[in-house]
Amino acid sequence: MNLSVKIGTLSMQNPVTVASGTFGYGVEYAQLIDLNQLGAVVVKGIRLESVRGNPTPRTVEVTSGLINAIGLQGPGVDGFIRKYWPFLKELKVPTFINIWGTTVEEYAEVARRFDALGGVGALELNVSCPNIKAGGAQFGTDLKLLSQVVGACRKATKLPLITKMSPNVVNIAPYAKAAEAAGSDALSIMNSFPAMAIDIETRRPSLANVTGGLTGPCIKPIAIKLVWEAAKAVRIPVIGMGGIQTADDAIEFLMAGATAVAVGTANFYEPQTALQVIAGLRQFIQQKGIGDVRELIGSVQTGK
Amino acid sequence: MVEQTVQIVSNERDTDLYFRLIARAPQIAPLVQPGQFAHVRILPLREALLRRPFSIFQVSGDTLSILYKTIGKGTEVLSRMRPGEELSMIGPLGHGFTVPQPKGETPLLVAGGYGMAALYLLAQRSPQKGIVFVGGRRRVDILCEEEFRALGWEVRVTTEDGSHGERGLVTQALLTELKRPMPGRKLFACGPTPMLKAVGRLAAEFGLPAELSLDEHMGCGIGVCLTCVVPIKAGDSWEYQRTCTDGPVFDSREVAWEAAE
Repeated sequence: MNLSVKIGTLSMQNPVTVASGTFGYGVEYAQLIDLNQLGAVVVKGIRLESVRGNPTPRTVEVTSGLINAIGLQGPGVDGFIRKYWPFLKELKVPTFINIWGTTVEEYAEVARRFDALGGVGALELNVSCPNIKAGGAQFGTDLKLLSQVVGACRKATKLPLITKMSPNVVNIAPYAKAAEAAGSDALSIMNSFPAMAIDIETRRPSLANVTGGLTGPCIKPIAIKLVWEAAKAVRIPVIGMGGIQTADDAIEFLMAGATAVAVGTANFYEPQTALQVIAGLRQFIQQKGIGDVRELIGSVQTGK
Repeated sequence: MVEQTVQIVSNERDTDLYFRLIARAPQIAPLVQPGQFAHVRILPLREALLRRPFSIFQVSGDTLSILYKTIGKGTEVLSRMRPGEELSMIGPLGHGFTVPQPKGETPLLVAGGYGMAALYLLAQRSPQKGIVFVGGRRRVDILCEEEFRALGWEVRVTTEDGSHGERGLVTQALLTELKRPMPGRKLFACGPTPMLKAVGRLAAEFGLPAELSLDEHMGCGIGVCLTCVVPIKAGDSWEYQRTCTDGPVFDSREVAWEAAE
């Protein structure tokens, strides 16, 4: 029975990873789960400088979901390498580093820094964070800027490049194709949806940032559709994410066309989720007599 | 830090909207330090996803208890759960209070409402007995007064409506005490943010050390989601630190309340 999949030149022992921003820098979960069971560890977005992040309140729970506006608080490249890399580089599974910048040049510079570090599994380009003023989704929702960012990072590194896409576009296919054409080895689909909640007692927005990004089980059907559309449009692998809580959810993403999946918001409330998804996936393919998890990828039958 | 399924032993109304829940948590209970919390997933909540954090009140053998107020859908559902039902619990979590050394400082505890729960283990494990100042709006907001007296502590109660103890704010009673010169005192506080700010100001005014347990909205409880951040001094500037892992207890001199306003 095979559970392994490939993202560009990189092999993952199974197709289950975690979504950037929901898993810290891995070390926070080390006491609760065996990180070496995962397909990969994905860290929170990092730019060149440290980032203070948005004022509070930063998250609000909504029905079957969570809206967040953290603002990519983080230690910057140097802080990350000093504080977190010594732990991560000892893991047996690859680390994907999610990177961002406020300019095309900054993205490329961060990519160069991590290329030079050695031992990084892949870089995930965050061109889709809805909660920062400069950078993030501004790059992921403009075809020309998207091509420039991916192209500049492609020149800066030979590491596998994964572009994390914004869901906030009318049609994801041209964006998926643009990232592929500019040299992306894979796509992460998707980042959070722009969203808002209001406290009706105070008539104030629930978040200090007023708006945020919606994640959690409530967005899964939307993510499934985007994965399905994007996977049809490109030849590179898609990492599907959005509200995964169970193996059944993950299998749906695989059938929609994802080569791998990431557990996101569920990490916040059930740290065992990713390991449960791996176990359930193994059980599913065993029960169905499927020899290889790759047989599930894109296997949805949409014809009559 | 351990994640385990725990069984409810009892879950009874204390006063008004306050409940006491005892759970059998053999892997967590023996590890608990004063001021730490448990992060609880209330399984019947379903579409409300996140865990809820609760200060650990008392520990006895393989059980621990929490004292909570029904303030939203999570605690409402929790209050209806019965003995024998199960919760998922991660704990003990957070950086708690510094227990005074033998012959060290005399602790003065300051609590607002269910903040009392977070201070009980500190009172129990402190080699010196001190005074606990507890305040609330009404009589029903004054919790576990007798448990503190049973430890041999002096308890000074204030209520805003004067229905129990002295009328006024807990920090007024504290101020009266601080005006009496006495060496070697240290403040430990847990309660609503305005009370914590006032305790911090009094500590600064009287040159006393103070540890404050902050109560912020929390997501993951283990330091990754960055929901519960508070402004903490760093060099000549400040940074957001996490209540769940860097706190919930902070030295009052480190908290930069004004920075985030």
